[in-house]
Amino acid sequence: MIQNRMLLFMCLPAIAFFLLFSYAPLPGIWIAFTNFNYNDGIFGSPFVGLKNFEFLLKSGQLWLLTRNTILYNVAFIVLGNILQIAIAIMLNEVRLKYFKKISQGVMFLPYFISVVLVGVIAFNLLNYDTGALNALIVQTGGDPVKIYSTAGAWPLIIILVQLWQSTGYGSIVYFAAIMGIDKGLIEAASIDGASAWQRIRHVILPSLKPTFIILLLFSLGGIMNGNFGLFWNLVGNNAALFATTDIIETAVYRMVMSQNNFTTSTAVGLYQSLFGFAIVMTANWIVRRMNKDYALF
Amino acid sequence: MRSSELAPAVISDPVTTEAIVLAGRKPRGRKPAGRPIKLERGDYLLRGISYVTVSLFALFCLLPFVLIVSASFSSESEIMKTGFGLLPKGFTFTAYEYIFKAPGQIIGSYVVTIIMTVTGTAVGLLVISMTGYALWRPDFRFRNQISFFIYFTTLFSAGLAPTFLWIGRTLDLRGNYLAVWLPLLMTPWLIILMKSFMRTVPFEIVESGKIDGAGDFRIFWQLTLPMMKPALATVGLFLALGYWNEWYLSSLYLGSTVEFKPLQYQLYNVINTANALRNSVAGSNVSITDLPSNTLKMASAVVATGPILLVYPFVQKYFVSGITVGAVKG
Repeated sequence: MIQNRMLLFMCLPAIAFFLLFSYAPLPGIWIAFTNFNYNDGIFGSPFVGLKNFEFLLKSGQLWLLTRNTILYNVAFIVLGNILQIAIAIMLNEVRLKYFKKISQGVMFLPYFISVVLVGVIAFNLLNYDTGALNALIVQTGGDPVKIYSTAGAWPLIIILVQLWQSTGYGSIVYFAAIMGIDKGLIEAASIDGASAWQRIRHVILPSLKPTFIILLLFSLGGIMNGNFGLFWNLVGNNAALFATTDIIETAVYRMVMSQNNFTTSTAVGLYQSLFGFAIVMTANWIVRRMNKDYALF
Repeated sequence: MRSSELAPAVISDPVTTEAIVLAGRKPRGRKPAGRPIKLERGDYLLRGISYVTVSLFALFCLLPFVLIVSASFSSESEIMKTGFGLLPKGFTFTAYEYIFKAPGQIIGSYVVTIIMTVTGTAVGLLVISMTGYALWRPDFRFRNQISFFIYFTTLFSAGLAPTFLWIGRTLDLRGNYLAVWLPLLMTPWLIILMKSFMRTVPFEIVESGKIDGAGDFRIFWQLTLPMMKPALATVGLFLALGYWNEWYLSSLYLGSTVEFKPLQYQLYNVINTANALRNSVAGSNVSITDLPSNTLKMASAVVATGPILLVYPFVQKYFVSGITVGAVKG
C-alpha cells in the first residue's frame, strides 16, 4: 500500500480529469425525466417521468435517427474494412519502395485535415453555382444538379467522403498486420504451388482475422455514435436533407445549440448511451463465446 | 512469449472509430533476401492490378487538395462563370491579399491555436504517460480499478446536453479557452494506447531501478520514458492533431464571445457566415458585395490547413512504419 502511493499519485490527474469531465455530468441525465427550465435547475425542475421519451417515440423522430445512425455505421464498417483490407493487400504486392512510400503518404493526407476543411472540399465539388462537378456537367452539355437539396444523393456522398478520409489510415493498420505475418509461411505456400489468389485467401486473410475482429468490436461499440463533425460540416442545418442525413448527434447538437431544448436532447442522448452499451455488451458476449481471446473484456 | 504477442493486434477509438495498429514487432525482413520463388502469371496480374489500383486511390485522395489550392489562386469572376476546376482560372493572389491586408484576425487565431496545441500536447503527454506507466506496473495495487474507471467512460456517457450544462453553467467556463483546452488533454483511448506501448519495456528495468534506490517517479522519468520515444511521438501526434483541428468545443463554449477564435473554428465561421467573412478582412473597408467570397473561403482554408500539412512529411514515418510496438491484447 505504502509503496504504491507514488503510483496512485501519478494517476491523480487522470482520475480528476475523468471525474470532472465524464462522471460529474452523469447526474445531469436526470434532465431526461424532467421538464427542465433554467431557473429551477436540473433537480428543481418538475418531474415528468417518461413523457420525453414518449414524445420522441410518437413523433417518429427516434426511429429515423436510429435508422440513419445505424445504417451509416454499418456501411462505414462493411465498406471501410473491405476497402482497407484490399488496399493493404495491394500495398503489400507493390515492390517499388518509393512508389509505396509516396502512395502511402498521399493516402494518409485526408486523415490529417479537419472536418471543416472536408466540408469546404465537398462544397467546392458539389455546389450548384460553382461546384466542380456541375462545371463538368455543364461543359459536357448537361443540366447542373442541385445536390444540396437532393436528399437521395447524400448517403452515397457521405459514405464516399468517409471512405476518402479513413481508408488510407485504416489500410496502414492492416498493412502492418500483413507485415507481421511470418514470411516463411507465405513462401511455403508459394513453394506448395499456391497461386496469388490462394496465397491471399489461405494465408493473408486468415492472419488478418484477429485484427479485424478487434476493430469490429470497437466499431460496434461506436455504432450509435456518428462521425458528428463530418455530418455537420457536410450537411449542417440543411433541413431539406434531414430524411437521409440526420443522425443522433446532429439532432442533439441542433436541439442544444439552436433550440435550447435540453430535455429532448438529454432523452435522446440517454437512449443513445443505453442502446450503444447494450450493443457492446452483446457483441462482446458473442465474441467471447466464439473465442475468448478476441473479446474486449 | 505467446504467439498473440507476436501477432499484431489492433485497437480503435470507439468515439471516432479511428484505428491504429499495435504491431508486435518492427516488420521483420522488410526486404527479403532475394525472392527465390519464380513468379507465376497470376502474381504478375495481381501486381499489375495493385499498382493501378493504389495509384488511382492515391490520386482520389490527392485531387480534392489540388482543387482547393487552385481555387484559392483563381479569380472570383472566372469562378463565378465556369466554376471550380483542377487548374487555377485566371491566376491571381487577390484572395490572399485580402486576408493579409488586415492580418490581425488571422494572426490572433494562429497564436491561440499554436499556444493551445503546444501546451496541450506537452501537458497531455506528461499526464497520459504518467497514467500509462502507473497502469502498466503489474505491482500497482489499483491498476485494474483505475483502468476500469477510465475505460467505463467510453461505454457510457452523459451526452451533450448535461455535459454542456455542467461545463458551461456549473463550471462557468463559457467564453474561456480552458473549456476547449482541458477536455482535449486526454482520452481513455490514448491512455490505453500508452499503456499497451509500455509492454515493450521490460519490467526488470523497474526492479533494477528499485535496487539502485530510485523512487517510482524517478524510474518513470529517467528509466522508462527514454525507452518510450515512439509511443510519445505517436500519442503526441494524436494530441497535436486534436488541438490543431479543433472546432467543435469552440463552437459549444466559445461561440462569438472571444476575440480570437481557434483557427479551424475561425475557418468554420468564414465558411458558414458572410458576416464572419467580412470580419476576417475587417479594416480593409470593402463592402460585402465586393468580396471575392468564393476564392477567399478557399484561401482561408489553405491558410488554416497549411502548417499541419507542412509538418506532415516529418511525422509521417512515425505513423507508417510500425506505429507502435506492443500488442494491446495478449
